[in-house]
Amino acid sequence: MAISFEKAFGVHETALNLKAKRAEVIANNLANADTPNFKSRDIDFKKAFELANSQRASKLIRTHESHIDSRIGTEIPGLSYRIPLQPDTGDGNTVEAQIEQTKFAENAMQYQTSLTFLNSRIKGLISALKGE
Amino acid sequence: MSLYNIFEISGSAMSAQTVRLNTTASNIANADSVASSDGEVYKARHPVFSTIMNQLGNAQSGGVRVAGIVESQAEAIARYQPENPMADDEGYVYAPNISLVEEMANMISASRSYQSNVQVANMTKSLLTKTLTLGQ
Repeated sequence: MAISFEKAFGVHETALNLKAKRAEVIANNLANADTPNFKSRDIDFKKAFELANSQRASKLIRTHESHIDSRIGTEIPGLSYRIPLQPDTGDGNTVEAQIEQTKFAENAMQYQTSLTFLNSRIKGLISALKGE
Repeated sequence: MSLYNIFEISGSAMSAQTVRLNTTASNIANADSVASSDGEVYKARHPVFSTIMNQLGNAQSGGVRVAGIVESQAEAIARYQPENPMADDEGYVYAPNISLVEEMANMISASRSYQSNVQVANMTKSLLTKTLTLGQ
């Protein structure tokens, strides 16, 4: 029986990617905490995860240089605007720094969880390969 | 790898907040610099932040930049100080209309934002370090 790396890492690879993207979106919210008219955004992890799993095989390939690169401008799946607790802040900004900070910390913990899962999978594979 | 973008995003925010701190410092420092006419007097400066958009205008991985610095339109305060060497013919000197309370609040807000961006960068750094040692 051959060892399949695809199966070994399973969903954790996709999850890790999405969590890295989510960290970026939240970091962007925090960076723009004082920008007028900036609207806070977040990734709906469940939706993004389902989309990422279903769209895995579909990909457009550029065969001519004048083709538009399909990756440009494609929004991250599941990306949407956050509904603010305080609707009017006076300058159209909907970033609530305390919420963003907790979400960022939460996302970082989830990222580390995925890393731990991946690590244990790799350790399992290594011990299987060594056969000791 | 999108985690690396976070350094750019947080870095841009830190430099934008530094500009804000700089203008605040300049405003507080010049709160008492008088001039002999309304036109020559120091005007309070405030930065205007805007999101960095990518080519197609969606701020997916943006960051923040200082779009410009606006000068306050508030009229100077005329003080009757005939003994001041800067005084005009009628004995008035003009002081900038700077609200110290407003500037202090601005300063606190800027330093808090700076701190939260430093925290984000630090957290990202530890995540990346952990990712790099994956499988070891």
